[in-house]
Amino acid sequence: MSRLTRRDLLLRASAIGCSAAASPLMTPVAFASAPTDNRLVVIILRGAMDGLDLVQPYGDPDFSGYRPDFAIGPAAGAQDLDGFFALHPGLGDLMPLWQAGELGFAHAVSTPYRNQRSHFDGQDLLEAGTGAETVGRSYEDGWLNRLVQTLPGATRETALAVGREEALILRGAAPSVAWSPASRLGLTPATADLLGMLYHDDPLFREAFEDAEFYSDLLHGAFDGGDMEDGEMMEAMADSISASNRSVTARSLASFAAERLREDARIASFSLGGWDTHRGQVNRMGGALRHLSSAISELRSGLGPDWDRTVVLAMTEFGRTVRQNGSAGTDHGTGSALVMAGGAIRGGRVVGDWPGLGQGDLFADRDLMPTRDVRAYAAWAMAGLFGTDRAALEGQIFPGLDLGPDPGLLR
Amino acid sequence: MTSPNTLATIRFGTGLRPEFPAASPEAMLAALSEPDQMVTAFPLDSYETRAAFRIEYTRLQRARNDSEEAEAAFRDIRDALNREVLNQMAVTLARGVADPHGLRERLVWFWADHFTTVGGRGFMRGAIAAYIDEQIRPHVAGRFGDMLEAAILHPVMVLYLDQERSYGPNSLTGQRRGASLNENLARELLELHTVGADGGYTQDDVRQMAELLTGLGVTRDGALAFRPNNAEPGAETVMGNSYGGDGQARLADIRAALHDLAIRPETAAHVSRKLADHFLSDTPDPGLVADMQAVWMETGGDLAAVTATLLTHPAAMTPGPGRVKQPLHFLASALRALEVPPEGVIRAPLHRLRNLAARPMAAMGQGWQNASGPDGYFDDDAEWIGPQTLAARIAWCMTVPSELRPQLPDPRAFARDALGDAAPPDLQLAAARAESRIEGVGLVLASPAFQRS
Repeated sequence: MSRLTRRDLLLRASAIGCSAAASPLMTPVAFASAPTDNRLVVIILRGAMDGLDLVQPYGDPDFSGYRPDFAIGPAAGAQDLDGFFALHPGLGDLMPLWQAGELGFAHAVSTPYRNQRSHFDGQDLLEAGTGAETVGRSYEDGWLNRLVQTLPGATRETALAVGREEALILRGAAPSVAWSPASRLGLTPATADLLGMLYHDDPLFREAFEDAEFYSDLLHGAFDGGDMEDGEMMEAMADSISASNRSVTARSLASFAAERLREDARIASFSLGGWDTHRGQVNRMGGALRHLSSAISELRSGLGPDWDRTVVLAMTEFGRTVRQNGSAGTDHGTGSALVMAGGAIRGGRVVGDWPGLGQGDLFADRDLMPTRDVRAYAAWAMAGLFGTDRAALEGQIFPGLDLGPDPGLLR
Repeated sequence: MTSPNTLATIRFGTGLRPEFPAASPEAMLAALSEPDQMVTAFPLDSYETRAAFRIEYTRLQRARNDSEEAEAAFRDIRDALNREVLNQMAVTLARGVADPHGLRERLVWFWADHFTTVGGRGFMRGAIAAYIDEQIRPHVAGRFGDMLEAAILHPVMVLYLDQERSYGPNSLTGQRRGASLNENLARELLELHTVGADGGYTQDDVRQMAELLTGLGVTRDGALAFRPNNAEPGAETVMGNSYGGDGQARLADIRAALHDLAIRPETAAHVSRKLADHFLSDTPDPGLVADMQAVWMETGGDLAAVTATLLTHPAAMTPGPGRVKQPLHFLASALRALEVPPEGVIRAPLHRLRNLAARPMAAMGQGWQNASGPDGYFDDDAEWIGPQTLAARIAWCMTVPSELRPQLPDPRAFARDALGDAAPPDLQLAAARAESRIEGVGLVLASPAFQRS
C-alpha cells in the first residue's frame, strides 16, 4: 500500500492551487504525518504476569518465606536494581537500558478489578480502561482508541493494533489500522497444561498429545524447521499451522510496530502471552520474559532515533498470589507491576508505594495489595507525551480515574 | 446433563450453531423429506457444465504451445479449474454451516465416501462435486438401489475404476483387439459398495460381474456410453442370479443386477453396519445394526427408513464420547460454533480457503477430494488422532478462529455456544482458566468434547 508523504501532499496541494490547510479536498490525512512526534507502545501481558517475580522485593523480609522454591534476589541470579528490588534474570538482557535510565517499573499496581480474577474480565477491563462497575459489560471501545480521539489531526494511520485478535484497547470510534502477521502455533505452557487436562480422560487424545510433545518445538512456537527429521510430515504440519510460512514471535510483532512507528503511526499495541504460571513458574516465567525482553529490544533497535520520543508500557490484567502454590507456581492474584521502557522515560527506578508483605498487608490475605491504579501511570505518560489534559484523562480516556500526584515518569 | 436434541445435533448433524435451536432426531429426519434447500442456496456446476469445461480445457491444453496467447489462455483455464476445486470445498463447507442442523450434509458426506471417487483423469477432473450432487445427494433419503445405480452408472465412477477399459473377451472389440476384462469396478462394487468383503461372493462372481459390466464407457462429450460391441455376450450369473443372454447386451441387465444387489441381506448387513459405525462407534450396538438391517430388508433399501432407525434407536443416543469428527465435519462444526456466515465461506479469497481450510484438512489427514483409494476415508478414531494429526487440529483451533472473527467471544460463553449442555465441567473450567480469548476458544474447539461427536 502506498503511503502519502508530507512532500506528496504539499506537491498535490500546490498542484491544485491552494494551500493544503484551506482545501476542502484535503482530508485530515494531509496532516497525518505528525499529530505528534512522540510515540506510545502498549504491550498487554495476557495471563496475569507475576510482578513479584519480575521485580522481586528481595529486601522485604517476608518475601522469600512465601516462595521457598523460587529463585529470589541477586543471590539466586536476579539483577539487583536498588538494594531492595531485583530484576528477574529473564529481563537481564535489558540491564543496559536500566542503567541508561530507559527502563523502569511501577510496583503494586492494578486495574480497579477486584476479587473475581477472571482473565477475560480482567483483560477487558484493562483494555477498556473503565471502572470496576463496568466488569462483565460488553465494551464498545478501549482507552487507546479514546486517546486517539483526543489527538488533533489523528488519522487512520496514527494508531496500530498488531496481532491476531482485534484488540479491545484500540477498538472504537477513531479508526485504526490492524495488522495480523500470519500466525504459527505457539502453545504457551499454561495452554498446553489445560489441553493436557482436557485430554487426560480420553486415552486416544491423551496419548497422541503426549507423543506430540515430542514435537515440542511445534507446541512451543519455536518452529523454525532447523532440525527437521521427517521433512514431509513436518512440512505438512507447518502448513497446517501457519497461514503462510512466517512465524509470529514477540520480535516480529515489535519489529512491525517499530517499522510503522517510524512512519505515520504514533500509537501501537500488541499482546504477549505465557504469563499464567500456575506451575513450574521458574521455567515458565523465564520463557515469557525472554519474549518480552526481545520485544523491547526490537522496539529499541527498530525505532532508532525515535526511541528517544517513545514510551513503552507493558501491563497485565492482574498479578498473582504472593504465596507459591502446591505446584511451584502461583495462582491468580491482584497487584502486579508495570514495565516502562523507552528513551522518553525517566527510568532506572522502581516507583510506587510499597505496601509490604507482612501480616495484614496482603489483599485478601493472599495477593500483593495494589497501592495505585495502573491507569494513573498510563495517564501521566499520556499527559507527558501528548499534552493530554486532566479533563480528558479523568473523564474520557479513563472515566472515573483519580490521576493523583504526578509521578514524573518522563524526562 | 446432555439433552437428546443437543446430542442428536452434534452426533448426526454438523453441530450447534447459536442461531438455531438444537434439533430433535425426529425434526432432523423430517427435514429429509423437505426440499433440499442447501443445494438451492449454494449451488454448484452441473456435470454437464463441468464436462463442457473439460473439453475446452483439453482443447486449450493441446494448443498451449502454439503461441504466447494460447499459453496464456491455457494458464487461465488451469487457474479457473484450481479455483473451482476450492470453490467446491467452500460450497461443501457452507452447506454444512448454513443448514439448521446438517443431517442431510452428514449423510451426503457419508454416502459420497461410500461411493468414493478420487482423481483428475479425463472427465473426472473438476467433476467430482457434481457427481456427488447429482448421483448421491438426491438419494440419501431415497432407495439405496437408486443411489447405487446412479453412482455406478456415471462417467466419473466408470473412469475412476477403469471400467471404460474393460472389454468382454468374446465381444467384437475383445476379439478384434485381443482386449480383455478389467475387474476393478466389479470387485469394488461387491466388496465396498454392496455385499461387503465377507458377503459370500467368489472370484467367479467378480468375474461374472465384470463381464456383465462390460460395455460401459464414456462418450467423447463426457456422457455415459453403453457400447454393445464391447460387451461380453451371453448371460452372466452373479451371486446366483442370471442376467442377460437373450440377444444383445443391454444396460438394463446391469441395472437389474445392481438393484438385486442393493436388497440382498448381505448388502443390508454390510452397509447398515458401516452407517452405524460411521455415526456411532467402531463397535455399534448389535441390536441397532440388526434393526437397521431388518428395516432395510422390509423396505427394500429405503434409506430414509434405515436412517430413521439409526437416529431413533436408544443405543444411538448414549451420551459420552462419540466418534472423532473427520476433519471436514470438524471444520464445518467449528465454523458453526464460531457463527461464521456461510456466505463468507463462499466468498473467501482463494488463499484463505487454501490456508485456513484445505491445507489444514490435509494436515489432519483428509485432503480435499483426496481419499487414498476407493474405500474412502476410514472410520477408525485411532487413525484420525495421531501426534501429527492432533497437532494439526490443535493448530487450527489456536490460530484460525481469530482469522475468521475479529472479535472472539468470551470462552466461557463459547463453550456453551459450541456444546450447549454437552459442555463437560472440565471444559468449562479450562475455558474459564485460559490465558486469553484466542486460547480459550482454541481449547474449547480442541477438546475431546468438541472433537468427538
